[in-house]
Amino acid sequence: MDLSFLSDIDWPEIGTASIDTLLMLGGSLLFTVLLGLPLGIVLFLTSKGQLLANTALNRALGLVVNVLRSIPFIILLIALMPVTEFITGTRIGLLGMIPPLVIGAAPFLARLVETALREVEHGVIEAAQAMGASTRQILCGVLLPESLGGLLAGITVTAITLVSYTAMAGLVGGGGLGDLSIRYGYYRYQTEIMMVTIVLLLVLVQILQMAGDKLVQHFSRK
Amino acid sequence: MLGEPAHSPGIISGYGFGAGCYNKTIRLPLQGHPLIALSQIHKSYRVDGRDIPALNGIDLTVAAGEIFGIIGHSGAGKSTLIRLINLLERPSAGSIRIDGADITALDGAGLRSLRQQVGMIFQHFNLLGSKTVARNIAFPLEIAGQLGRAEIDARVDELLELVGLAEHKHKYPSQLSGGQKQRVGIARALANRPKVLLCDEATSALDPQTTQSVLQLLAKINRELNLTIVLITHEMDVIRSICDRVAVIDGGKIVEMGPVTQVFLYPQHPTTQRFVSEAEHIDETAQAEAFAHVPGKVVRMTFIGETTYEGFLGNAAREFGIDFSILSGRIERIKDTPCGQMLLAFTGCEAALAAAFAQFRSRGIDIEELR
Repeated sequence: MDLSFLSDIDWPEIGTASIDTLLMLGGSLLFTVLLGLPLGIVLFLTSKGQLLANTALNRALGLVVNVLRSIPFIILLIALMPVTEFITGTRIGLLGMIPPLVIGAAPFLARLVETALREVEHGVIEAAQAMGASTRQILCGVLLPESLGGLLAGITVTAITLVSYTAMAGLVGGGGLGDLSIRYGYYRYQTEIMMVTIVLLLVLVQILQMAGDKLVQHFSRK
Repeated sequence: MLGEPAHSPGIISGYGFGAGCYNKTIRLPLQGHPLIALSQIHKSYRVDGRDIPALNGIDLTVAAGEIFGIIGHSGAGKSTLIRLINLLERPSAGSIRIDGADITALDGAGLRSLRQQVGMIFQHFNLLGSKTVARNIAFPLEIAGQLGRAEIDARVDELLELVGLAEHKHKYPSQLSGGQKQRVGIARALANRPKVLLCDEATSALDPQTTQSVLQLLAKINRELNLTIVLITHEMDVIRSICDRVAVIDGGKIVEMGPVTQVFLYPQHPTTQRFVSEAEHIDETAQAEAFAHVPGKVVRMTFIGETTYEGFLGNAAREFGIDFSILSGRIERIKDTPCGQMLLAFTGCEAALAAAFAQFRSRGIDIEELR
């Protein structure tokens, strides 16, 4: 097999792109969790029959989440540019990508969090209520620990979704592996670079999934 | 009252009807003050814009130190009823008093502090799967926030000892059997030293043997800690094993209430009669047909207390020259009280029979002539 094409590849550039992808992923995942987790919790707690049942708030938040989720990420990315510039001062580069990535992924994570919390048996929540637990104590002592496996699975799925979102960021000058494969693989017909980025992304997704599964397994007791 | 061990729960009379019918050999009641008082409780649920009534005017008093059972078929309202006592459900109308204080208006911190004084165990245990046995039991103590770490650990060990699970301290609920899970539930419910323990079908998910051991644990806790227990069940056996008094609920109303021996031996309401005959496997109409050809006077005898073990039948046969045959019967203990009910056919002359029956009655045996 002829592997000579490997020496033609600009490895330092691939290294930089990989690091950019990882930074984008890490940064956006952090903020996605910081935004999506509370949002999911509020969606759950305000839903019908739950501790802070509030139909109006629940419907309003649900609407926002659904609207954001129904816009394809590539369009959200462009549409959010003014907002991105307002928050970060730039529309491009790593920093410019984080707000759209977070706004695109947080509603998705919020729904996954809501679903994970719904899996907690109502009887267990009732038992905590019967002990005189406050809503905060039920959240921290029952809901989050009991749904930890589901939450971690949700975060894993979101991280993988974010990997594909970061690739799209390449279209608007976001950098990273997606950017690389578009510039070289698409515009310059350098298929081998595209292949390398595909392999790297595949490995990244595989690692994320495996790590996520391990964590879920470790924290699920049922 | 003198000579009664102080911790004895006794059978409390004076709250239900029919309390006066009992034989003096029954242990005297411990004069527990009314701890829980429900008055004119109504509860309805709003479903599709219509009010569906669940409870219709419940009046109920539970005395301190007793085990009070509520029995009913599913949908009778018993689950709603027990959830009112710690306000997991709020009544649509009526008042609930615990230790004299009306709790129905409680909210926020007041409600949480009430709930810390009322323990509850559940049919499906409702343990936290993510926490060990010890951490499950520690949870209500952490919620109450009154004890330090070391005190919580000490209390948890004490509770584990009480329910006999010391060696399972570090296991997770998924590693325990049903009976063990319920013991964890009991330890958890007792952690904050509640005044009342509510048991919501606590043994319905357990096999008969485990049910008995959990019931005996509850009886022990009632005796040793003098803890008031309110339980709901659809099994008459549970009532018979440990309850002092029972209320039968049907269609959101209490249709019969009284000491367990009374309700068991003289069920008045059709629902109660059905529960008793299911528990005893007796079918009175079938019996009436089966014994149609038996000669003599058919009589139902009921005895409660130590008379159960006395040789009154043989004595009467010799003294009055009568004869008897036993058609059917049961001798048992209801909680700690021996009692029995038998169907007998007596033969002999009228006068001798009348004299014998008079003697039975004078000894506190209830005679009901059926034929």
